Amino acid sequence: MSPNLIYISYLVAAVLFILGIKNLTKPRTAVLGNRLSSIGMLIAVVVTLFDQQILSYQWIIAGLISGGAIGLFMARTVQMTSMPQMVAILNGFGGGASLFVALANVWDPAAGGEMVALISIGITILIGAVTLSGSFVAFAKLQELISGQSIAVPGNTLLNGLLLLVGLGLVGLYVADPSLTWIYALVAVAIILGLVLVLPIGGADMPVVIALLNSYSGIAAATAGFISGNTVLIISGSLVGASGLILTQIMCKAMNRSLPNVLFGVMAEGG
Amino acid sequence: MELLLLITVFVVALFLGVELITKVPPTLHTPLMSASNAISGITLVGALLAAGSGSGILVNILGFIAVTLATINVVGGYMVTNRMLAMFKRK
Repeated sequence: MSPNLIYISYLVAAVLFILGIKNLTKPRTAVLGNRLSSIGMLIAVVVTLFDQQILSYQWIIAGLISGGAIGLFMARTVQMTSMPQMVAILNGFGGGASLFVALANVWDPAAGGEMVALISIGITILIGAVTLSGSFVAFAKLQELISGQSIAVPGNTLLNGLLLLVGLGLVGLYVADPSLTWIYALVAVAIILGLVLVLPIGGADMPVVIALLNSYSGIAAATAGFISGNTVLIISGSLVGASGLILTQIMCKAMNRSLPNVLFGVMAEGG
Repeated sequence: MELLLLITVFVVALFLGVELITKVPPTLHTPLMSASNAISGITLVGALLAAGSGSGILVNILGFIAVTLATINVVGGYMVTNRMLAMFKRK
């Protein structure tokens, strides 16, 4: 399939995502919205399979089958009451997927050493790993694998800020000197940041946190799109990133909480 | 593709995302979150390109892991959203 045809199909997919989100904001059209968005996803995936960059299919087929089976099983068996943690863990997988896309590009000799690609790889690893570990903590709390109460991390806000700065510093080091050491350190720091970010937040605020992590996974998909200049990743990722942030705010308002309060004022409330 | 063009697309899509979500009834908060979570599984496209690239077995395996995770996200996300919405269906 010619690259032009693929990019036109990506445009159609992006339009379907936009219409899907729009329709999902109204009860009457929500079912239609979800359907439109899923058709967009199907189009994006199918045309990608015809991309000339794809030379072999065995790993793709294995991944689609195993992921499809696990996703199907999870969605069929989950209790309606367990939906929030289900969304949390699915979101964690989405962030993890972006993380591994970035890692694949780290080891890809064809990816080249362009600065934009290196920056995008670093940022995607940072956000993807934070989403992965943060979402798993949110899941564990709601599933009551760990205490749903606020778990105090001493000097939490300071530690978060520090970890974020170290993470960004490691991205900078990787751009200046693309060596694997920085990548390993970055993955480790980002995973810890995700844990520290979500552990102190109480179970009652978890839906808001999941909405926020959902926004992060969108941004991770968008930055993954910048690695190789993929428009459908950039458009859909930033759509989810921005709309997810607005949804987070709306949910905060509905629960009579403020977002900074959820994220930083957790010690006083204790969940 | 031109970097500036990509950045343009990125910024415009961000603003569009903000404008799309205005008034959402509370009952739709979770389904909307779940549906947009499924959309963020679009990273599957990047995963497919990595898993099928001719850049060596390690790249393909990392791509395979990404395809698996993204597919769980996409399939699970859309099905779970559908189940939630089915509960609101009026006669």
